[in-house]
Amino acid sequence: MTAPLVGASVRRKEDFRFITGQGHYTDDISRPGQAYAYFLRSPHAHAKIKHIDAGAARAIKGVAAILTGADLAADKIGGLICGWMIHSKDGSPMKAGAHPALAVDRVRYVGDHIAIVIADTLAIARDAAEKIEVDYELLSAVTTPDKAQASGVAQLHNEAPRNTAFQWELGNKPETEAAFKAAAHKVKLKLKNNRLIPNAMEPRAAIGEYDQGSGGYTLYVTSQNPHVARLVMSAFIGIAPEHKLRVVAPDVGGGFGSKIFIYAEEVVCTWAAKKVGRPVKWTAERSESFLSDAHGRDHVTEAEMALDAEGKILGFRVKTLANMGAYLSTFASSVPTYLYGTLLSGQYAIPAIHVEVDAVYTNTAPVDAYRGAGRPEATYVVERVVEEAARQLKIDPAEIRRRNFVRKFPHQTPVIMNYDIGDYEASLNAALKLIDYKEWPARKAEAKKRGKLRGIGFSTYIEACGLAPSAAVGSLGAGVGLWESAEVRVTPTGQVEVFTGAHSHGQGHETTFAQLVAGRFGIPLENVEIIHGDTNSVQFGMGTYGSRTSVGMTAIVKALDKVEAKAKRIAAHVLEASAADIVLENGEFKVAGTDRKLAFHELALNAYTGHKFPTHEIEPGLKESAFWDPLNFTFPAGCHICEVEIDPETGVTKIAAFVAVDDFGNVINPMIVEGQVHGGIAQGIGQAMLEHGVYDPESGQLITGSYMDYTMPRADDLPNYKVGLTVTPCPSNPLGMKGCGEAGAIASPPAVINAITDALGVKEFEMPATPLRVWQAIQARH
Amino acid sequence: MYQFNYLRPKSLDEARKLFESNGDAKFIAGGQTLIPTLKQRLAQPTALIDLGAIGGLAGIKVAGGAVVIGAGAKHNDVATSADVLKAIPALAHLASHIGDPAVRHLGTLGGSIANNDPAADYPAAVLGLGAEIKTTSRTIKADDFFTGMFETALEDGEIITEITFPVPEKAAYMKFPNPASRYAMVGVFVAKTKGGVRVAVTGAASSVFRERTMEAALAKSFTPDAVANIKVAAGNLNSDLHGTAEYRAHLVTVMAKRAVAAAH
Repeated sequence: MTAPLVGASVRRKEDFRFITGQGHYTDDISRPGQAYAYFLRSPHAHAKIKHIDAGAARAIKGVAAILTGADLAADKIGGLICGWMIHSKDGSPMKAGAHPALAVDRVRYVGDHIAIVIADTLAIARDAAEKIEVDYELLSAVTTPDKAQASGVAQLHNEAPRNTAFQWELGNKPETEAAFKAAAHKVKLKLKNNRLIPNAMEPRAAIGEYDQGSGGYTLYVTSQNPHVARLVMSAFIGIAPEHKLRVVAPDVGGGFGSKIFIYAEEVVCTWAAKKVGRPVKWTAERSESFLSDAHGRDHVTEAEMALDAEGKILGFRVKTLANMGAYLSTFASSVPTYLYGTLLSGQYAIPAIHVEVDAVYTNTAPVDAYRGAGRPEATYVVERVVEEAARQLKIDPAEIRRRNFVRKFPHQTPVIMNYDIGDYEASLNAALKLIDYKEWPARKAEAKKRGKLRGIGFSTYIEACGLAPSAAVGSLGAGVGLWESAEVRVTPTGQVEVFTGAHSHGQGHETTFAQLVAGRFGIPLENVEIIHGDTNSVQFGMGTYGSRTSVGMTAIVKALDKVEAKAKRIAAHVLEASAADIVLENGEFKVAGTDRKLAFHELALNAYTGHKFPTHEIEPGLKESAFWDPLNFTFPAGCHICEVEIDPETGVTKIAAFVAVDDFGNVINPMIVEGQVHGGIAQGIGQAMLEHGVYDPESGQLITGSYMDYTMPRADDLPNYKVGLTVTPCPSNPLGMKGCGEAGAIASPPAVINAITDALGVKEFEMPATPLRVWQAIQARH
Repeated sequence: MYQFNYLRPKSLDEARKLFESNGDAKFIAGGQTLIPTLKQRLAQPTALIDLGAIGGLAGIKVAGGAVVIGAGAKHNDVATSADVLKAIPALAHLASHIGDPAVRHLGTLGGSIANNDPAADYPAAVLGLGAEIKTTSRTIKADDFFTGMFETALEDGEIITEITFPVPEKAAYMKFPNPASRYAMVGVFVAKTKGGVRVAVTGAASSVFRERTMEAALAKSFTPDAVANIKVAAGNLNSDLHGTAEYRAHLVTVMAKRAVAAAH
């Protein structure tokens, strides 16, 4: 294989096993003697548990155990944690309500965990669960963030008066107020970022196992970050010390963030395995996924922008209510704060920004990171308001953006972020060309002739990936560092095994990481194996989320650097030359300017035989590891433009055209990147037009608890996208890459809604743009 | 799913006897509603009597100015039948938009109308075409068959065997799908038949119903304009997250108008 591998659209190595049904997911694993778990969940949104009687259930033949919160407490098993400390503007720490893995005396959302029922079969476990009698005292419920702080509504946690977890701010309030005083124009919008339910293709699952002989636990789990799961379960929850807890995340069928978190079920299955002396297996039903996977978004925002007479942005102030659900999930507090407020400058040079966020508890499933995590919410606020400003000031939406783009790098925003590089005009221009903006008026007129309302909407977005410099996030409250690790092992016969702390659950790491390694050493792609997801194989890792593959890949690069350096020293001895004269070319170590050379596999064998170099100076073997802590966030940015056509008679809205031009820096595998863009846009269009997690405001029941009511995007809901790339190589990592996994979901919702509001001629419009809502908006115009 | 006995009779007679001797038994045809219901533990029959092995229930034939379809015919069979496509293309078209391909290869005509889901498609065709439902004990007119939400004139143990659809002069079915489930949020079947114009609406109310004001208007003039301004009362219509009663009422008019325009 001599063509350059990095930058090539290599077909995905992992797809054969996935497409032919030969993946190994958690539910595919069966352990000898395993029992099956079923979780009894609260049918009520809010209730006191007065008494649990499991006597009749325990008497059923085949029931191994029924365990409750009292049993967890008796074993001194700690509750679930939120690993990011946020301080309120008055300096007080966030008010995290206790979150026992199994409820102790109160349930706070429909689906909250009450007991684990473990039995010989799942059917027996379910039968037994129906025989458990729980005496509830029903309490009133509150489900929406705008009601949560009102007096007289349900109070979820004694620790958090007015259901308020924290009141956070960022930016400079006096400067922002001053900017508004000086403004020629003010543009204000009320915005809701609708609650989403993740819907990974593979539901969550866990198998806990305890080995009496070794005293060690094993957890097989659907996790995006098995080492973090082990760390939390060990250090905070107290299941077992880290060296006695192995966490395996095998093939994982999608996560979108929802499998970052450390959930009750995996903790309880692991703990219970020792109690029943058998492996304990649980796999969520889809209905359970709806109820108990951490949801996403759910913000209510008021945003106001100050502009001068020419449309130059002077200041931006934002007030947001963030619904955290019933408990603070693992990284929930970081989402509406440092992953949100820090992106409110968008692609624009804004002198003054101030954002205030109140995070509130409600009787709903916990809300945490979901594809984009805070950045879609920020982008939605910025891009909706900028578009509205263009309309209010009667400036072309592309032009108002040009007038405000950041053009000098690095650029320090008023909200922490330091943009390293970008060319926002380049992606805007490329997108305008792709959509054929010149012909837009003709398309609108032509649609009108057909009785359709056609609208166009822009989104010039920025996001922050490559999470993140450890010291930086540490100073902002993170409980962990966000470096990544890699270990590169060359076998004596010249294959390469790469152990990475990143986890692949749809991203195609097994291909892209292998491209990097094979390209570096000039060896066939199939000679490289990417190993991830097992704490017994990989020393440590922070996992995959936040489009942070640039971190994991840089760690690999650093390890490859060490391997290459050592290999050259060995080659120098074998080839009887100076190490400085050894070059690596096309998979061969050569003495520069001569025909003396060693093929990669010959070098590997030499490294392991140790016959031809002084092993007291150079250790035998060829294996190196590296930890890489990123120097900065990376800043993918770009421009998405959407055109919609609305049937005014029915409100049915079709996406007539969608273009996306993204700057992800250098790209390893364009095909995989394009796939990530397509999937991200599908989720973004899903949010904008289809998906909505809705709870009944009175009963707190999840109304959209199945695909009968929760609208997942289908192929025929989506257009053919036109996508393109512009490239400004990222200066803070050696590969010059930025990250691409979330951009589509971040950028696209405001493009869609801007197009719909353009078509309808309305200012405010709530996602999702269902036919009903569009029709109602049309009726309201008359 | 709770445990149940699974029985697979070879004849209608045997099926009836099994039903009578098995307490709280349920018939199962394609199972596209019943199986999800069982999986969610929302029903607990003592036995499932699978009608799939009974011969002669799945035929499709055209005779005497009517299309006669066996109760066991799968949606896909109806959607792709050359006879149906020729005689009542609106019926084939309707069948081709039920559920997804997996549902259409398992779900049956008889099962659908026996279940009488308020948002199912087939009841609109049965009522809209004035079909007759033949059972193990009698023949029921469409107008008498659908009695309420998930309720029909069928008695315990009575099994639908075939449905006779008179061939109309022209007909069309226009469906506005629920964005999530793709069931009919509003589906309107319009047919110009020898016996007059029939307009059947599914999805909008607790059960399929005839829109008689539209029928009268179309009898005078079978044109889209004849119904375009007929306002349907929202009072008894369904209202949910996806569509208010007012929206459904509006959609009935729009779908009716479009169905008339599409009828052939």
